[in-house]
Amino acid sequence: MKRSKMMEFGVGLFVLAGILGMVFLGLRVSGISLGVPQDTFTLQANFANIGGLKSGSRVAMAGVTIGRVSDVALDTEWLDARVTMELDEDLEGKISRDSTASILTSGLLGEQYVGLSVGGDPEMLEEGDTIRDTQQALVLEQLIQQFVSNMTND
Amino acid sequence: MMRPIASLGRSTLDALSALGRAAMFLAQSAVGIPSREGWHLWLRQMHFIGVMSLAIVLVSGLFIGMVLGLQGYTILVGFGAEDALGQMVALSLLRELAPVVAALLFAGRAGSALTAEIGLMKATEQLTSMEMIGVDPLRRIVAPRLWAGFISMPLLTVGFSVVGIWGGYLVGVQWLGVFDGSYWSNMQSSVAFVDDILNGMLKSVVFGLVVTWIAVFQGYDLIPTSEGISRATTRTVVYSSLAVLGLDFVLTALMFGELG
Repeated sequence: MKRSKMMEFGVGLFVLAGILGMVFLGLRVSGISLGVPQDTFTLQANFANIGGLKSGSRVAMAGVTIGRVSDVALDTEWLDARVTMELDEDLEGKISRDSTASILTSGLLGEQYVGLSVGGDPEMLEEGDTIRDTQQALVLEQLIQQFVSNMTND
Repeated sequence: MMRPIASLGRSTLDALSALGRAAMFLAQSAVGIPSREGWHLWLRQMHFIGVMSLAIVLVSGLFIGMVLGLQGYTILVGFGAEDALGQMVALSLLRELAPVVAALLFAGRAGSALTAEIGLMKATEQLTSMEMIGVDPLRRIVAPRLWAGFISMPLLTVGFSVVGIWGGYLVGVQWLGVFDGSYWSNMQSSVAFVDDILNGMLKSVVFGLVVTWIAVFQGYDLIPTSEGISRATTRTVVYSSLAVLGLDFVLTALMFGELG
């Protein structure tokens, strides 16, 4: 009986350790947050070229993450990329209408993200609005091509 | 002229009938509601297969994590990208190394023992005696082992990943001086819970099923002599390693093939 209890305890501990490990992987390694999903508001922006941006990429303002990209699709009317972003609700009505969205890279080879920089317009962007002023992603190949053609012209 | 073709045919038929027996075997032993008695049998096997395998799996996980940290660092530092170490360690562990290496260790540690144990039961005619007194050996001997292996494998894989990531942290951050914050934050921004962690777990569930199935079936189906037992034990380790590596490729192609 005693042996069986010890065994039960061991197996229980094993299963518990597995569950705790899973929680660790979820929280610490993949970084999902437990609390209720934050309320968000949606903004959209059209870019000529999004480079490596994908759904789930972060959206930052002044380097601070304020939301993430929820969808990337081709705008069939303008034939450019339509990016939908979900931002913290606190910011609703605080981002001015002439703000700029640009696609930036963290580090030289890092992930691409959307950087928002605020303008000075007194009118603010609301739920579902589109940011007009956008800057496309820096594509390394184009940059090198430009550089090489400048070199040969000299 | 006839003979080579006939022998090809014979070995094909043998292989097919073994496959059929193995499938019937799995279906017969895995179904059925375990009784209170069955629960105790399962618990005993969980202890032997799962808890006792924990030490080797955790120690291997630690070393593999540390090696990944060291190798990853020396490669990444050449690009000035050593901040991406956490991401590299976590992704390679979660997606590939933890399920595969844990399954290989599991085949060597628990699978071979299962085959030898059941094989010896068969050789000493314990299985036949059970049938004679009206106890179904599939339900009493095989089912608890199958379920225990099936459930232990994902738990062992979680342990492997956690310890491996910690090992990478020890080497990368504590020893080589990668910045602590970038180790974790790069990891968190690149690891997706469903795509990476759950897919890795799914792999380990499949591997757990396949390895225990092969081990138990080899034990049950062997020729009951000492030579038969030794051959079956070898076959368990060889077949399950091959099955794990082959299935890993198939599963990876299905899960991650369209990514990137």
